[in-house]
Amino acid sequence: MSRILAPGSLAPDFTLASAPDRKLTLSEFRGKPVILAFYPADFSPVCGDQMALYNATLDEFRKLGAQLLGISVDGVWCHAAFAAARHLKFPLLADFEPKGSVATRYGVYDAEEGISGRALFVIDAQGVVRWSYLSPAGVNPGADGILDALEGMNQLGSKS
Amino acid sequence: MTLRPAVSEHDHAAGRADAPLTLVEYGDYQCPHCAAADPVVRAVQSAFTDELRFVFRNFPLTEMHPAAEPAAEFAESAALQGKFWEAHDAIFAWSRENGPASLGLEAFESIALGLDLDPRQIERDVSSHRHLERIKSDFNSGVRSGVNGTPTFFINGQRFDGAPSVKDLSAALKAALSARR
Repeated sequence: MSRILAPGSLAPDFTLASAPDRKLTLSEFRGKPVILAFYPADFSPVCGDQMALYNATLDEFRKLGAQLLGISVDGVWCHAAFAAARHLKFPLLADFEPKGSVATRYGVYDAEEGISGRALFVIDAQGVVRWSYLSPAGVNPGADGILDALEGMNQLGSKS
Repeated sequence: MTLRPAVSEHDHAAGRADAPLTLVEYGDYQCPHCAAADPVVRAVQSAFTDELRFVFRNFPLTEMHPAAEPAAEFAESAALQGKFWEAHDAIFAWSRENGPASLGLEAFESIALGLDLDPRQIERDVSSHRHLERIKSDFNSGVRSGVNGTPTFFINGQRFDGAPSVKDLSAALKAALSARR
């Protein structure tokens, strides 16, 4: 894995499928903070996995004005089945073709395993990465870091 | 990962308030792993007796477990009738015996009957979501504290990342106890 994109970098723009008939572009969200949550694969066997936790935390993210996007190398149909099974209420993006190209640009692709690392990015309203975190393999990073980063940004914003 | 806010008189706590060890669990009543962990907690409580205080905070993953939040509301309502821990244990016992998917209104009625709780009061509290704010505030405190699944335990404010087994929990509690001495 190369190096994770650091705070201060402009978040690389991308367009990925969010459903079989729908595409989504990162820069469409300019004007509000975006949380990018890269994760290895749909359907992990644990209760309260990372995406289920974020689904339950959506209200908190929304209060801070942020849009959450999940990304893995799984295809749109797999994402659709996963989202339906877990009742996920945020978009899952398919970094499927060319495989892992967005994860690679963000420095979080694990080429040996052919999956994305568990990595989080908080991007501000201007499209700049303000916080990034790569979790050790197998560890669900939780949501506290995201909320701290969003609140830190809001405080800075209100001071200036 | 540090527990925030710290344990206070608003929490459901079992054991001495001045115990040197405080074990906090964030749990979901419809999560099978939490149901399995409940007897582990009881065993650890018996082993550490007066040295351990146990606190339970709600962490219902509502989209995944539709009965988790009503179950939490049921337990909170039972608390007003002085039977929080009885209800807490009975829900997990029900889940172990009948499967977590069977939790729902019928299960709650049956548990209420078994515990001699006032069923009308329970019904009123659950349907009016009287305790929902408290449950949400538990949940948010968990998110802030770095809860990343259920169950998540904290020992004296620090997240415990081991397996929820009697062996691992006891070892971590002993370590925390000797760190205090």
